Amino acid sequence: MSSGRLEAAREDVAPGRLSLGRWVFRLASALLLVVAALELANAAGLLSLGFVDWRPTLYAFLVWGVALGIAQILEYGELGRQRLFVLPALLFTGAMVIFPTLFGLSIAFTDWNLNAQGGHHFNGLDNLRTLWSDSYFWNALANMVFYVATVIVQYAIAFGLALLLNADIRGRKFFRIAFLLPFMLSPVAIGWMIGKSLMENRFGPLANFARWLGWSNPAFFSDPWIARTTIIAMDAWVWIPFMVILLLAGLQALPHEVKEAAKVDGATGWQSFREITFPLMLPVSVTAIVLRIIFELKLADIVINVTSGGPGGATDTISSFVFREYRDRSNVGYATMVAEVYLIIIIIFITLILNVANRYVRKVT
Amino acid sequence: MTVDAAADANALAERDDAVAPRSFARIAGRVAIYALLIIWTFIALFPIYWTLSTSVKLGRDVTQGHLIPWVDFMPSWRGWQSLGLSPDTIFNTSNVREEFLRKFINSVICSVGASAFAIVIGSLAAYGLSRFDYKFGPWRNKDISFFFVSQLILPPVVLALPFLVLYKGLALLDTRIGLILIYTLMVLPIVIWVMRDQFDTIPMEMEQAALVDGCTIWGAFLRIVLPIAVPGMVAAFILSLVLCWNEYFFASLLTGFDAQTLPVMVASQTGSSGINWWTIAALATAAITPLLLIGIFLERYIVMGLTAGAGK
Repeated sequence: MSSGRLEAAREDVAPGRLSLGRWVFRLASALLLVVAALELANAAGLLSLGFVDWRPTLYAFLVWGVALGIAQILEYGELGRQRLFVLPALLFTGAMVIFPTLFGLSIAFTDWNLNAQGGHHFNGLDNLRTLWSDSYFWNALANMVFYVATVIVQYAIAFGLALLLNADIRGRKFFRIAFLLPFMLSPVAIGWMIGKSLMENRFGPLANFARWLGWSNPAFFSDPWIARTTIIAMDAWVWIPFMVILLLAGLQALPHEVKEAAKVDGATGWQSFREITFPLMLPVSVTAIVLRIIFELKLADIVINVTSGGPGGATDTISSFVFREYRDRSNVGYATMVAEVYLIIIIIFITLILNVANRYVRKVT
Repeated sequence: MTVDAAADANALAERDDAVAPRSFARIAGRVAIYALLIIWTFIALFPIYWTLSTSVKLGRDVTQGHLIPWVDFMPSWRGWQSLGLSPDTIFNTSNVREEFLRKFINSVICSVGASAFAIVIGSLAAYGLSRFDYKFGPWRNKDISFFFVSQLILPPVVLALPFLVLYKGLALLDTRIGLILIYTLMVLPIVIWVMRDQFDTIPMEMEQAALVDGCTIWGAFLRIVLPIAVPGMVAAFILSLVLCWNEYFFASLLTGFDAQTLPVMVASQTGSSGINWWTIAALATAAITPLLLIGIFLERYIVMGLTAGAGK
């Protein structure tokens, strides 16, 4: 792909323009630094300049960003104009990720609690020690392992549904839309629609159905394992359409002749699935599973709104645990530390999965 | 060879249809396929149907498990009345309706604003990454792409509390612009992913011709490439819209009253104990209807957005 890049003619930049570009950039940088320094001094109480918030620094940063763009064109001409394409997104993402990361790290090592009077202080590794002996954290992490493990079941269901949609059927468009709709709904609304009303244990239709099946007292959220399974079933209900769409696209892109050839060879349906369809679908399957795991790791809204982690933390995810730690206990320092540790775990886990998946796909296909 | 095989197979299939009597196994297979399809359709649609129908039920219809309007129960506007959205109350003044509309408009502004902003900067970046070779220090195109897409794994919890502090300092708490910025960050990786796939499929010859004719690269991009890339942009936009509209985590942490969005309102209603089933059902219906309509009429674009780049 890189062989076919657009090549624009190199442009000779006049020396005057070059130095103008440099000066634009230097001036804007100086402005940003001065404004930020003044605000810092103001915040530290060294000067009283009447700043109420950090907006001036934000505006100075915006000016700096625009100046950087102008300087790129002035200094580099055509090359600068090419860079202008990625610059906005890079500056935006950089600013939105770098500052919170720095803030996050500085908060994570403090004892900041919004209810405490004394402000916040650096407390070294205390938060890490608390986390190490916090059974709720380990419990939430174990729940995440369970939730992520169920992705394979969701994948199996989604694959089955994709095969059904790929079969020679009438009204495919209707079924496709019907299958897609759960994906469009907000987890909050689903929390009420399914968790609180369909499963309402006196008269919810699902409870009635369970009673009809012979479960005398259907309570979906009192036993830990049933609660966990119910939560993941609701989440799966939302996300299975996502996997179905990916897998269906993969099935439709399969070369037609391969399957026909198998049919001529007299392979049964199961044989041709196991020997041909499944191996050919492996790359798409891996993509679908990895993406699904990434989204599963963010699971929060349904848990927060339906069980708030209960009974006794049985359905807690890390996200809902952090949410409650902040909302109910105002424990900003500790909650941030939990989130940062979780991020590190996720990065390691995803990297491992990608490596294994790559090797596996290469070995089989 | 392959063409022959396909032709043979077709001929074989035709002969199958014409001569062989439809075997029992085959019919059973068809029945099973349709049965499974209908079962899953029921699973997918019943909760939606239940919500829509509950919004026109009275308390006793809910508790007695009535399901079919006009047969089991008479529909009533009670739920919609309490929102001020039923036909008889729509022209009266209603505080609840005003509150609902304010959240609804917040939701619209935040999700449309964030999606539009993400499409603008995301498309530009995707085009650049698809067409030029960049060198920012040790960073090449691959690293830049990875930097953008890797934001996808960042869970909201990691950002939420730092952003609380940051926004407090910038006076952006409980503002729509603050929510728009963080939603943009959330959907930008997806937009870049979809748009890169889109631009990669557009051949470069036309731009090259335009460049030879003396067009600048920005001129070529705006006048030639952009019009072709519109379907991809629509797909990315709608996908972003869905994600932003349903977002709850940031909205509940970073907004108080002024900028509160619809999911936060639904959550606060369902969390309170004295539940008016019909009210919540009406509220939930109102919150999900825009997306149901998008799902029904723009399904093509959602599928296109989700499948872009997934095959690679």
